[in-house]
Amino acid sequence: MGFLDLFRSSKPKSASLAKERLQVIVTRERAHRSGPDYLPKLHQDILAVIRKYVQVGDDAVQMNLEREGNREILELNIVLPEKG
Amino acid sequence: MARVVVITSGKGGVGKTTTSAALATGLALQGHKTAVIDFDVGLRNLDLIMGCERRVVYDFVNVINGDANLRQALIKDKRADNLFILPASQTRDKDALTTEGVEKVLTELAEEFEYIVCDSPAGIERGALMAAYFADEAIVVTNPEVSSVRDSDRMLGILASKTRKAEQGEGAIPARLLLTRYSPTRVDKGEMLSVEDVQEILSIDLLGVIPESQAVLNASNSGVPVVHEDGSEAGQAYLDAVARFLGEDRPHRFLVNEKKGFFGRLFGG
Repeated sequence: MGFLDLFRSSKPKSASLAKERLQVIVTRERAHRSGPDYLPKLHQDILAVIRKYVQVGDDAVQMNLEREGNREILELNIVLPEKG
Repeated sequence: MARVVVITSGKGGVGKTTTSAALATGLALQGHKTAVIDFDVGLRNLDLIMGCERRVVYDFVNVINGDANLRQALIKDKRADNLFILPASQTRDKDALTTEGVEKVLTELAEEFEYIVCDSPAGIERGALMAAYFADEAIVVTNPEVSSVRDSDRMLGILASKTRKAEQGEGAIPARLLLTRYSPTRVDKGEMLSVEDVQEILSIDLLGVIPESQAVLNASNSGVPVVHEDGSEAGQAYLDAVARFLGEDRPHRFLVNEKKGFFGRLFGG
């Protein structure tokens, strides 16, 4: 470390911030990509079925595909509106 | 058997055309008969970078449509023997690049050429998909910058599934990273992703690192591929990358900032 480094601020360098953000987004996008092609359509269909009974927004159904060894787990999270 | 290589990136403005021109010229200078094709239908630019814009008569789409034959459309480079350019069309729409048409042109080129370099347009639409579809391998051009790295990762996903080889069950085509506009000084200061950072995120092999250099703009201003500027760092780094592409084992250069001034030496690490 040089003498002048003592006077520099210790806030995180922007390059490490860039790396962190990239690792998060790239991991997420890869997981999405590696899922089967029918996932977006399945998502739409599930949403349509729910809407036969209750009105929900587009983000009411969250789908998450996880891989454990050689099996895949499809996690579905459906948020219903509060009664009112 | 010709080797078909696609120069791709996803993001625009990172140096695909500069790299296509440099690689194709470098291969030709090494004695390999090489064709370089501009796939950017509607926005042709390879001709300008190669300095042959005033000699374009027929283009890629003319050949696909049968308005001209390959011999009429190929432009012989003035500086490098063994090098031919197939320019993109400027007026037609992107649908002109049909799979059958592109395959026909590549098959015909493969009879005569050792290397076919496909300069991909930016984005992930038809032109980019067609440039990659028949490729045997890919060079992914990336800047050490968040949007470029993310787009490169996206493109790697496409290369893994949307090429003919992938569709035939041969898996992903080999893809290597070419990191361009690299500034070791800024990496030292923690202001720029390092080559190790980018490699760690993309997890692909490294073909080369091209330092940020005035020579690249000078080269495009004058329409002379940057490998001809062999006194420049960028020109040398591209020649190294060409040698590695041909299987030579060369150490990576220009990765550290060697031009420290007096005060830098006094106070720096």
